[in-house]
Amino acid sequence: MMATQVLETTALKTGISGLPFNRNSIYRAEMVDTIPGINPIYKLRNTNLKVRNLNVSIKKNQILKNVNLEIPDRKITCIIGPSGCGKSTLLKTFNRLNDDVEDISITGEIRVDGVNIFDKDTEITSIRKKMGLLSQRPCPLPMSIFDNIAYGCKLHGIFKKKALKEIVERQLKGVGLWEEVKDRLHEPAVKLSIGQQQRLCLARGLAVEPEFILADEATSALDPISSKLIEDLFIKLKKDYAIVLVTHTLRQALRIADHVVFMYLGEVIEEGPAEDVFNNPKHELTRKYLEGAFS
Amino acid sequence: MSKYKFLEEKIAKVLMVVATLLVLAFVGNILYTIVHKGLPSLTWEMVSKIPEGGYYNGGGGGVLNAIVGSLYIVAGSTFLGLLISIPVVFYLNVYLTKKSRFAYAARLAFDVLFGIPSIVYGAFAFSIMIYFGMKTSLGGGILVLTLLIIPIFIRSMDEVAKHLPKELLDASYSLGATKLETIGVVIRQIAPGIATATLLSIGRAIGDAAGVMFTAGFTDSIPTSLGQPAATLPLSVFFQLSSPSADVQNRAYASALILTLIVLVISLTGRFITAHFSKNKV
Repeated sequence: MMATQVLETTALKTGISGLPFNRNSIYRAEMVDTIPGINPIYKLRNTNLKVRNLNVSIKKNQILKNVNLEIPDRKITCIIGPSGCGKSTLLKTFNRLNDDVEDISITGEIRVDGVNIFDKDTEITSIRKKMGLLSQRPCPLPMSIFDNIAYGCKLHGIFKKKALKEIVERQLKGVGLWEEVKDRLHEPAVKLSIGQQQRLCLARGLAVEPEFILADEATSALDPISSKLIEDLFIKLKKDYAIVLVTHTLRQALRIADHVVFMYLGEVIEEGPAEDVFNNPKHELTRKYLEGAFS
Repeated sequence: MSKYKFLEEKIAKVLMVVATLLVLAFVGNILYTIVHKGLPSLTWEMVSKIPEGGYYNGGGGGVLNAIVGSLYIVAGSTFLGLLISIPVVFYLNVYLTKKSRFAYAARLAFDVLFGIPSIVYGAFAFSIMIYFGMKTSLGGGILVLTLLIIPIFIRSMDEVAKHLPKELLDASYSLGATKLETIGVVIRQIAPGIATATLLSIGRAIGDAAGVMFTAGFTDSIPTSLGQPAATLPLSVFFQLSSPSADVQNRAYASALILTLIVLVISLTGRFITAHFSKNKV
């Protein structure tokens, strides 16, 4: 109660009180272990992602400058910032999807569960398996709804029909798609609506049991109702996953973020618990961005 | 101004219609000639029997040897062609970057190969066959037509594969797939391109006469192994047309009609299969 009062007064002071701040999504660093109902496997898991002195340049253009970050587990981390600030590049560097970009040079390190993903010995597929990716536009694989989800499982050695059926059903139920598609599992995934496709892509990512969910403006191509469904799923899923969401909509970050990273021209200007960053931005740039001085 | 543009539009449209009709007229004329001259000679004997003695001077029999020979050679070379070109296309588009010099050189080479006349392929393959002590044979025919259609395969599949969405590959990679494992996704995505390429290649291979002349040879019997010579429909048409007898010349048109019908059936089947396979395309 005290907290929310403080929060509202500061919001008034900083002039962003008009924005809808979700009171349920306050930062709960110490509460994580006390949340009941978490699968014990996830409790044992040691999920963390640390970025140290990361520099990325493409064609001698420095996209990311000396980025230092830590992604908290079981929270929604929103990376916000104006267009071209390197948000998406950072996200794609997490699972090394940038590897094939021409003339890219990366220095620094990203440690996922203690393993530097740029090490020569690091198996890139195992890093990627840990990170489900949700792209801006849903990108279903050119196969049936069922096969879209089974695809990842088959890659990792699950071939038994019965096991696959179970996984498909569980994941589709998890994203609330089961009732809508259970009678047409073997129809092409492209026949689904865009919103349904995005939920299918989320289910597909979750089927390989990742630890992180990376979402690159995952709701920007969707209608408001589908966006809401995806946002609700993120809130539901954060008890089991570390969710990193690149977003261009400040309102979305205000609604669902627990942890916020503000980037500007390739640098991390400010990061911290959502309520701190939104209500007491330490940096002038952050304050201006939150006020809508630029976007 | 607007009146002028309107007129321009009209004239352009008329020219387009004329060009289209011109092409249709050509095809119509060819079909008419083949059907008009060939249909009366097209008997069941033509398609069910191999030539008897003196066939090319008006004797009995049919061109079953050439029908079967052509189908064998086309099937063999299409299969081999696909087997070789799919990995090439996959490598060019998934492993190499857009600006890769190697990819550029390879594409240039395929463009050059595309334009080489089949007689040159025939002569080239023939010299290789002599080197290895091979005689004209079904195997040789398959080999030379494979060489002939590989550039067609690669270039037409490549055009489709160039437009593979990056997001699709990323989606597969981010599930933990290696590039090699992603080939399944790529093949499904470019399936319509593969089908089109196959149809083009089959069309080119089944109609080729010069390439197989030196390499597959010609025979009146149906080959039972890769080492035996094989007859082909285009050559059969050629030999029958060369006959002084009008009857035999008409049989040549009948053979051409058979060839055209085979291509038609393959095209229709191909289109049907393409429609079936492209339903999943993103």
